[in-house]
Amino acid sequence: MSIPLFLVFAVLTVVSALVVVVHRNPIYCALGLVSTLFLLALLFLGLDAQMVAVLQIIVYAGAIVVLFLFVIMLLNLQVEERSTVPRPLMAVASLGGLVLGALVLVGIARTPLAAPVPVHGGYGGTEPLAERLFTAYLLPFELTSLLLLVAIVGAVVVGKRRASP
Amino acid sequence: MSETPISWYLALSAVLFAIGTVGVLTRRNLIVVFMAIELLLNAVNLSFVALARGLGSMDGQVIVFFVMAVAAAEAAVGLAIMLQLYRLRETLNADEVTTLRW
Repeated sequence: MSIPLFLVFAVLTVVSALVVVVHRNPIYCALGLVSTLFLLALLFLGLDAQMVAVLQIIVYAGAIVVLFLFVIMLLNLQVEERSTVPRPLMAVASLGGLVLGALVLVGIARTPLAAPVPVHGGYGGTEPLAERLFTAYLLPFELTSLLLLVAIVGAVVVGKRRASP
Repeated sequence: MSETPISWYLALSAVLFAIGTVGVLTRRNLIVVFMAIELLLNAVNLSFVALARGLGSMDGQVIVFFVMAVAAAEAAVGLAIMLQLYRLRETLNADEVTTLRW
């Protein structure tokens, strides 16, 4: 991905992430999240990760965010009234986030990174991903299926309406 | 036209992570806190993919696959808990749900 294109996507991503964190209406937060995830998928494409980009759109933007929107609308959440967090606490929290970001940025700036290794045409496609997934990462893959099963059962049990208290 | 250096992607990832952290710390609506957590996970995903590209290996992308699965599981269970919480308390404000707080 060329540098100007990257900068455009990066600025848009940061703006939509800020919408998620700052906007008082949860619906707009969710829409900001969708836009962030789509832009990240585009950045993934720039990094030769086509399969991950498609998964990002289908799984994240398609399934997870829809789940969020579903719950927001089911509960009919209203716009938050003024935040109950005291102002000094808010300032400290924001400062903490900024310091964290600055520290990581300094760390990245001081780490020497070699230029990207040139990759062959199949890099980032389904085949090499599946090849790694079903050989070196077979056990984690199976454990993930177990995790998803437990999550399904857990979500059903927790979400079920109790007969009577 | 030159390629964007990998460290720029890592810097963007750090910025997104910082924004997500501020969201988790400052917001009181539990659903929005959850979205901020998704933001954190995605920031890390960007790092994984960028470093995988830098090293020319697929392993980072496989990890992203797992992160997505965990995020989906987390969202399903978390939102079910919130649904029950709302039925019990009629609120999703983190400041009003303090029964477990020491």
